[in-house]
Amino acid sequence: MNKYFPYIAIALLALVPLLGLNSYLMHILILVVMWSVIGMSWNLLSGYCGQVSFGHAAFFGVGAYTSGMLYTKLGISGWWGLPASIVVVTLFALVIGYICLRLRGPYFALATLSIGVILRIVAENMVDVTGGDLGIMIRERSWIEKTRYYYIILAIAALSFVLVKQVIASKLGYYFVAIREDQDAAESLGIDTTLYKTIALCLSAMITGFAGAFYTNYMGYIDPKVVFALHDISIIAIMVVMVGGVATFSGPIVGAVIMVVLAEAIRSIPMLGTAHHTFFGILLIVIIIFLPNGIVGDFPKMKKLLGLARRAS
Amino acid sequence: MTAVQTEVLLQTLISGFLLGGLYALIGIGMTIIMGVMKIINLAHGELMMVGMYIAYVLYTYFHIDPYLSIVIAGPVLFLLGMGLQKYLINPVVKVDSILPENQVILTVGIGMVLANLATIIFKSDYLQTPVSYGTTAWYLTDIWKASPIELSLSLPWSVSFVFSLMITAGLWFFLTKTDMGKSIRATAQDHDAALLMGVNVERMRVFTFGLGSALVGAAGCLFIPIYYIYPDIGGQFTLIAFVITILGGLGSTVGAIIGGLILGLFESLTATYIGMGWAPVGRFIIFVAVLIFIPGGVASLLKSRKLGK
Repeated sequence: MNKYFPYIAIALLALVPLLGLNSYLMHILILVVMWSVIGMSWNLLSGYCGQVSFGHAAFFGVGAYTSGMLYTKLGISGWWGLPASIVVVTLFALVIGYICLRLRGPYFALATLSIGVILRIVAENMVDVTGGDLGIMIRERSWIEKTRYYYIILAIAALSFVLVKQVIASKLGYYFVAIREDQDAAESLGIDTTLYKTIALCLSAMITGFAGAFYTNYMGYIDPKVVFALHDISIIAIMVVMVGGVATFSGPIVGAVIMVVLAEAIRSIPMLGTAHHTFFGILLIVIIIFLPNGIVGDFPKMKKLLGLARRAS
Repeated sequence: MTAVQTEVLLQTLISGFLLGGLYALIGIGMTIIMGVMKIINLAHGELMMVGMYIAYVLYTYFHIDPYLSIVIAGPVLFLLGMGLQKYLINPVVKVDSILPENQVILTVGIGMVLANLATIIFKSDYLQTPVSYGTTAWYLTDIWKASPIELSLSLPWSVSFVFSLMITAGLWFFLTKTDMGKSIRATAQDHDAALLMGVNVERMRVFTFGLGSALVGAAGCLFIPIYYIYPDIGGQFTLIAFVITILGGLGSTVGAIIGGLILGLFESLTATYIGMGWAPVGRFIIFVAVLIFIPGGVASLLKSRKLGK
């Protein structure tokens, strides 16, 4: 049962458009799936390999701009950005990895954070290449209705899920966890930590970049403030995993559902609309203090607490 | 170099130096927190933003000069910082989790809440305190009539710079001459040994976080006469603070001062010669370069020189 559960879940999700949901609900569904893809990729690098990244917006943005610039500069469909982003983002991640992966723990986090900010400023200033603050607009939308976008992102999510699961189940995954637990011990056991950290970074960046390329085609408009956003991309990527569960397979998906639904719910309440960062911040603080391993990771603990509460009442 | 070019260069260096002095104060606040607690406080800029808004409110509603508001904003920020450390950060240090970077992520959450609350209270408008002396400046030609070049020195910038120096000197005195300061430095050097020597490490941590917050709050008051505020301003100063901290060397006060001055000069030069928008890029190039080439920062260079002799 457990073994087939993900496949059943994907099959069920594939049937969802048949319910005839309106386009707003489809939009939310697409966002949930997209964020779970980003969450899975962050989880691979930070949850399993222990290299906490504060700059996943950099990879997201590079993927998004690859797609957008293929459209504006070469005049071909933005969808070519999906395969192209794999190459571009992976090469970019190799460079970033070469620079940043020699740093450890919080220093790596800070270095990635600054890479994200550097890219945003570069994209804002290099007006000839990226269009600067005006951003990139894709004028010919592929489809009006959202069902096909949904199937595309669902396929990406399914592929990412299988990829992450395979990687973690393989020898590579054990290397990652060993590096997270104790880098020096892993090194002394003969694990080439730099190599495996680079692999984790490239895989993670590739998946996030892919999601970024999808985002360009789906939304039809990108600008540096949106795709290289620190709070709205990098931090949300962290929150999706922290809320859902660090180093769990289903954590990012649970986290994405909670975060996207929460964001939409708060925005739809007129008085609280501007306060959504406050709610996110408080949620993050509460989760870190009380459920440091996320909802999925601390599920037994939660069950115990709820069970106790029930018995007491 | 022609006279005009010299003038531009000198003027850039002067403003960079003044900016650096203020940056140093922001950096010191972060570096003592990092030294004692070993965590990166990514809510640092947001605490500065709180200080700036306190100064703004005091000026707008009570007509208190921004420089005087240091004596109010400092203690308020001190209490706020102590509260944050005691009730939010301390509990997390004890919790067992997979990722050790939880505390850093926690400070991000605190920063988000502070910035968002400021947006709700003050809206996202750009605000400033139009002090009467805001545009006063001294000119070189006033003193030296025959001077071939013209240089100016803005009054509020200079006053802020002097205040920053005074606060830094006071802090240095506190850290080196008082018992409390020595306890803080002992905690930063080796917290187990400090514990064995009878230092109340828990209390020192709470106190240090308060002190760091008060310093950056004071820096906010010094910035407000020459700058403007909006709720999201904190993020950029958080980034500046950690670049200075890394550049100066973790936990090193002298390093933070030198780091602040270097960063101020560098930013000023990039803004003049490359373009205003590029100044932040230069900041992060310094940051990444320092992490790779001199990971210990300026402090490690100073130390190795001393050992070499």
